[in-house]
Amino acid sequence: MDPVKELLQGNRRALARLISLVENNDPLKEEIMQRLFPHTGKAYLVGVTGAPGAGKSSLVDRLLGEARRSGFTVGVIAVDPTSPFTGGAILGDRIRMQEHALDRGIFIRSMGTRGSLGGLSRAAREAVQVMDAFGKDLIIIETVGVGQSEIDIVKTADSTVVVLTPAGGDSVQTIKAGIMEIGDIFVINKSDLPGSERTVAEVNLALDLKEEPGWRPPVLPVMALRGEGIAELWQKLLEHRRHLEQSGFLESRRRERAESELGELVEFLVKSRVWQNIKTQISLEKLIEAIALRRRDPYGAARELLRQINFPL
Amino acid sequence: MSEKKIRVLVAKPGLDGHDRGAKVVARALRDAGMEVIYTGLHQTPEQVAEAALQEDVDVVGLSILSGAHLTLVPRVRELLQERGMGEVLLLAGGIIPEEDGAVLKEKGAADAIFTPGASLEGIVHYIREKIAVS
Ligand SMILES: Nc1nc2c(ncn2[C@@H]2O[C@H](COP(=O)(O)OP(=O)(O)OP(=O)(O)O)[C@@H](O)[C@H]2O)c(=O)[nH]1
Ligand SMILES: [Mg+2]
Repeated sequence: MDPVKELLQGNRRALARLISLVENNDPLKEEIMQRLFPHTGKAYLVGVTGAPGAGKSSLVDRLLGEARRSGFTVGVIAVDPTSPFTGGAILGDRIRMQEHALDRGIFIRSMGTRGSLGGLSRAAREAVQVMDAFGKDLIIIETVGVGQSEIDIVKTADSTVVVLTPAGGDSVQTIKAGIMEIGDIFVINKSDLPGSERTVAEVNLALDLKEEPGWRPPVLPVMALRGEGIAELWQKLLEHRRHLEQSGFLESRRRERAESELGELVEFLVKSRVWQNIKTQISLEKLIEAIALRRRDPYGAARELLRQINFPL
Repeated sequence: MSEKKIRVLVAKPGLDGHDRGAKVVARALRDAGMEVIYTGLHQTPEQVAEAALQEDVDVVGLSILSGAHLTLVPRVRELLQERGMGEVLLLAGGIIPEEDGAVLKEKGAADAIFTPGASLEGIVHYIREKIAVS
């Protein structure tokens, strides 16, 4: 049976297999993505990011309840870091997403970052498209907010939720640079812990300092553990989606996404093709050694390699 | 250039209360370059099979200390088969008497049994041998 057809008929096993296929960069991937493309573009994409242990998975678990009550089918992509040393990973987000384990309207998939170039953005984005083609109404992407991954997630999502926790005695001054820019909604989770109100106030203050036409990111105290504040969060997400649609931002975000996607795909094709040619035609060993011994400069060497495979420079 | 990795679901079905052993195995598999989906305590066989399906794993490892292995392992196998995942490698670990282990293997419920004495290298080696990643 053709897995693409099976997926479009609602076969969950086919969905799982096709996600693996795109994640593994299988040779069949390109054709599959082309065939799925006409069926994508309908899902609402929500990114959830924040520091390790901030309560992202617990929050997603609760959001699933709200989304299901509103009649949405949901896909979740939970990304955890791959060990750069062994290439392995422990993907533990499902531990906190057990509430809906047997609900057929929910499909949860764990992914490692796998550390390939642009790994997160490519694999997660493609998995999103597969779930979208399957017909999920809402797709939630959980990523740990370290390094480049949170920026990538913003590029993929329609709405981004940043999960923070009470800073305790500290001031939110210590919040990483850039985090204030990426959130459409800020959640202060673990509001049962001391310092919650102060953190809400400080994040609000920081947000007041920046000008945003049309949408002022709300700051919501939440207790994911007990489900408090979740209904409000869900309402704000729906509100943000309406805002995106009505203001034309949804269109411009999707245009930006199309642009970066096209760029990445061109780069990927060129890069993989160029290296394939270089590696099959030229032995690099000597050249590398010459550069390491400083007998040659790498700039001239790079140009010479490309000339040798007739790459138009 | 496929970048396939071995994916393993490590699950603890049943009611017994600690998962130290399961976590040690999970870390060893990660250190061997595998992707380990860890689902925590008190999983029902249905939950295990659903997670295995959604995560598209090659291997399911069940850690069972409660003594209920003779019902849990065949049940998980059956539910995997119902989901078109009959080819998944199903391993059971924990406190499983030798004669029970033999029964489970004979029935085709478990592919292999690893009792507490089993070496971590042995488990890694067994999985690598059975799941040839091209
Ligand atoms: N006190 C308190 N603890 C919470 C709350 N929400 C989550 N936690 C706890 O925070 C810990 C981490 O929760 P997760 O949901 O796994 O957090 P996460 O951000 O997904 O973690 P990673 O994916 O590992 O980065 C768990 O022990 C939760 O029980 C809350 O509202 N209050
Ligand atoms: Mg998590």
